[in-house]
Amino acid sequence: MNAINQSGWKPEMGSGDTATAATFTGNRALMLEEALIFEIGSDTTCGVDLPETPRGASRLGSLARARPIGLPGLSEPETVRHYTRLSRQNYGIDLGFFPLGSCTMKHNPRLNEKMARLPGFADIHPLQPVDTVQGALGLIHELQHWLVTLTGMDSVAMSPKAGAHGELCGILAIRAALEARGDARQVILVPESAHGTNPATAAFAGYKVEDVPATPEGRVDVAALKARLGPDVAGVMITNPNTCGLFERDLREISDMVHAAGGFVYCDGANFNAIVGRVRPGDLGVDAMHINLHKTFSTPHGGGGPGSGPVVFSKALTPFAPLPFVEKTDEGFALVEEENAQDHHASAFGRMVAFHGQMGMFTRALSYIMSHGADGLRQVAEDAVLNANYVLRSLEGTLDAPFAASGPCMHEALFSDDNLAEGFSTLDVAKGLIDEGFHPMTVYFPLVVHGAMLVEPTETESKAALDQFIGALRSVAERAKAGDPSLKSAPHFAPRRRLDETLAARKPVLVWKDAPLAEAAE
Amino acid sequence: MRYLPLTTDDRSAMLATIGAASIDDLFVDVPQAARLDGPIHGLPGHASELAVERHLTALARKNTVAGEVPFFLGCGAYRHHVPASVDHLIQRGEFLTAYTPYQPEIAQGTLQMLFEFQTQVARLLGTDVANASMYDGSTACWEAITMARRVTRKAKAIVSSGLHPHYVSVANTMAKFTGDVLETAAPALTAEPDTADLIARIDDDTSCVVVQYPDILGRIGDLSELAAACQAKKALLIAVVTEPVALGAIRSPGEMGADIVVGEGQSLGVGLQFGGPYVGLFGCKEKYVRQMPGRLCGQTQDAEGKRGFVLTLSTREQHIRREKATSNICTNSGLCALAFSIHMTLLGEKGLRGLAQANHLAASAAADRLTQVAGVELVTPTFFNEFTLKLSKEARPVVRTLADRGILAGVSLGRLYPGADALQNGLVVAVTETATADDVEALAGALEAVLA
Repeated sequence: MNAINQSGWKPEMGSGDTATAATFTGNRALMLEEALIFEIGSDTTCGVDLPETPRGASRLGSLARARPIGLPGLSEPETVRHYTRLSRQNYGIDLGFFPLGSCTMKHNPRLNEKMARLPGFADIHPLQPVDTVQGALGLIHELQHWLVTLTGMDSVAMSPKAGAHGELCGILAIRAALEARGDARQVILVPESAHGTNPATAAFAGYKVEDVPATPEGRVDVAALKARLGPDVAGVMITNPNTCGLFERDLREISDMVHAAGGFVYCDGANFNAIVGRVRPGDLGVDAMHINLHKTFSTPHGGGGPGSGPVVFSKALTPFAPLPFVEKTDEGFALVEEENAQDHHASAFGRMVAFHGQMGMFTRALSYIMSHGADGLRQVAEDAVLNANYVLRSLEGTLDAPFAASGPCMHEALFSDDNLAEGFSTLDVAKGLIDEGFHPMTVYFPLVVHGAMLVEPTETESKAALDQFIGALRSVAERAKAGDPSLKSAPHFAPRRRLDETLAARKPVLVWKDAPLAEAAE
Repeated sequence: MRYLPLTTDDRSAMLATIGAASIDDLFVDVPQAARLDGPIHGLPGHASELAVERHLTALARKNTVAGEVPFFLGCGAYRHHVPASVDHLIQRGEFLTAYTPYQPEIAQGTLQMLFEFQTQVARLLGTDVANASMYDGSTACWEAITMARRVTRKAKAIVSSGLHPHYVSVANTMAKFTGDVLETAAPALTAEPDTADLIARIDDDTSCVVVQYPDILGRIGDLSELAAACQAKKALLIAVVTEPVALGAIRSPGEMGADIVVGEGQSLGVGLQFGGPYVGLFGCKEKYVRQMPGRLCGQTQDAEGKRGFVLTLSTREQHIRREKATSNICTNSGLCALAFSIHMTLLGEKGLRGLAQANHLAASAAADRLTQVAGVELVTPTFFNEFTLKLSKEARPVVRTLADRGILAGVSLGRLYPGADALQNGLVVAVTETATADDVEALAGALEAVLA
């Protein structure tokens, strides 16, 4: 522990310039290049010994496959080596600090993985008779209880597959509620600082999207919002804590205003980890809010998902929540999956996904939630907020922090590129951090800040880890302010140097073909 | 609170750095009325690792585990054996705990895997390109319908009666809000899928025809004629594959002219998991690539000319296009895509075809045995690993009774189509390589007893 300090860990490095020497293979000791499976596999290699199965007659009719598929196979040892080598080209939260603001990367306890793999959860079919899956339905019901209680809401829809899917769920419930009262409102208001998914979601649900400006201090402009409310406004999508890292102080007032105008309030709950156990969104007048289980409750993101986005609802929207539902009855847990099956679900807006949602994520989330308990979850929010403010205050003298005067930040700290040298960008800082052994923060988001850098430490980072990161970011930022040219070509030590994203978009190569590089270079 | 590394001393030191007297000072922006200062009623305190294990294990024990009984359920989720190395590899921290690859220089592992996945999926579905996965098959199916609307600027989708009713439900839910018009019906217990009927219904307003292959009853229909009929009316043919292993034995939809092919990838690598997380497959013809939803990984090179991979064509996506995006999706099923891809790599051409053959022949043998039972009739003469039986009694209570005897017999059509009287005696039975001859014998014996 004592070896880690603000200036970072600096063992004796030696001084040779062998780092630039070429090798025959392109490998550099533990840094190994790995070919594509299409280049090393063959159509006759198989890494699986299939079981003997009973033999019947073919009943494929005229559609039996004639042509080869073109799938390369590898033996089991080759497969293990291929994917192990690939894994080493990745940065993950297990390796180090991963401060992606608005994405919330935190420790993924292995207990969660162990629980999700219990055959009683992992090896059951979604269409088994309900009395053979009482434990699974019971688990969903128990997680529902936690989510509803922690948010102070009336009900929860468990089926949405991810945060953005949850947003869609919330907006569709709002639309269904409005249609039920014969009110064909057309507009959803979305503050400038919202996630890009918010306007995309509203548009996907058939609404016209209008922006609401932010105040100079980084919150929703309440006066502008109030002025826009009217009989055509279906609702407002608001993120709290917002993407500038700030708590929307006026949310209760905004909710009252929107309700008085006949609309509904959607809250993007992606950042719930900063307030869990300390604030219930239901007390702020929210009608619907999704909870990213993978963010607040630590289910692993796995290089792009799976996510899970249950949505909590107010009493007003509860009758419109989608199918299916898990309910407790006198005979045990029931699964309500038929539209209009029972009177109190007659107005459900439908089904959003084939089965019952992300069971594997529910198991992990409940494991995390139980491990913390109500007392620990409150500590989660406190530590997440403490860590974010520590980063903000430690770096505000180095980097421009546009909202540092707006009050404490919540889950994340926002900086801009305002004081970097001419010609240096946020991207250069990010790539410089890679060389320091950190995953960069979120860059260029939110759009309300020029060259935004959004740092979210979360509750599972130690002070020592934060100090090391602060030291590294300070060092990189000072280089960017001083115009150090080597930063423009960073990263220097990653598995790849800066990648040409323009080439990828201009000449898309999305699948492997023979000699794909030659095609790309055309 | 073993997951929280800050000590009391750390917290004090950090508050001092911030210049705050107490943690409450950091929550000053929360209105007093909305602050929770006391304990939360109705929720327990933190639990030890042992206590959590005990609780969840007790819940798990209340479920009938597929692998412990004769098991024949399919209809969109299939039980296959997954080699041990798949789960081992996806649990490597560098895969498991990585995020969406926004910094490609340190995410080449995930990106190369996604590029390989896209290629495997495109080849399997018979399409030019594929994306880096969707949530699941049902949402991918809906996204395909909206994509057809963008491509054709028409809004009428003709949906085959053979499409999984839950997929139809999802599409219907969304269509209510977007103004698409969906035409669909429940299937008939007949030997042939409804191809001729679909062709007859295509007109100039049709954006797409959606057909499942093999369909919900297990039937396999040739799509070539349908594809030609779609093309003639400038509509797209969307094929939905819920059992990708089937494509090791039968022609791919892309090969037969489908414009968009979507699928559920759960069969390979992912496992049943009570319905999720699963992995949606999405492939299409190259000319439609800029209308695709979801993430795409593309090849490029770095400053030294080395091959590398990045997420690309992001101008279609929500974080750039906001309300004009092709979809609101910002996540995919990266880890499940990895499991799928590893399993495919282990199988290779030879293994996938062998696995498909093993499934088909086992199912065929089971159909032979089950139709020897009095009161059991085979509805679907051609199928892959799933077929429909017509029982002499209503199937839903039969399935219930067999579950009490420790046999998970299949999916009753009554569960899927509660209102359709003509389907109540239908039972869809899936037989994969995991079902033994003894399992089939147990099912046959139990059916004999119950139907007698």
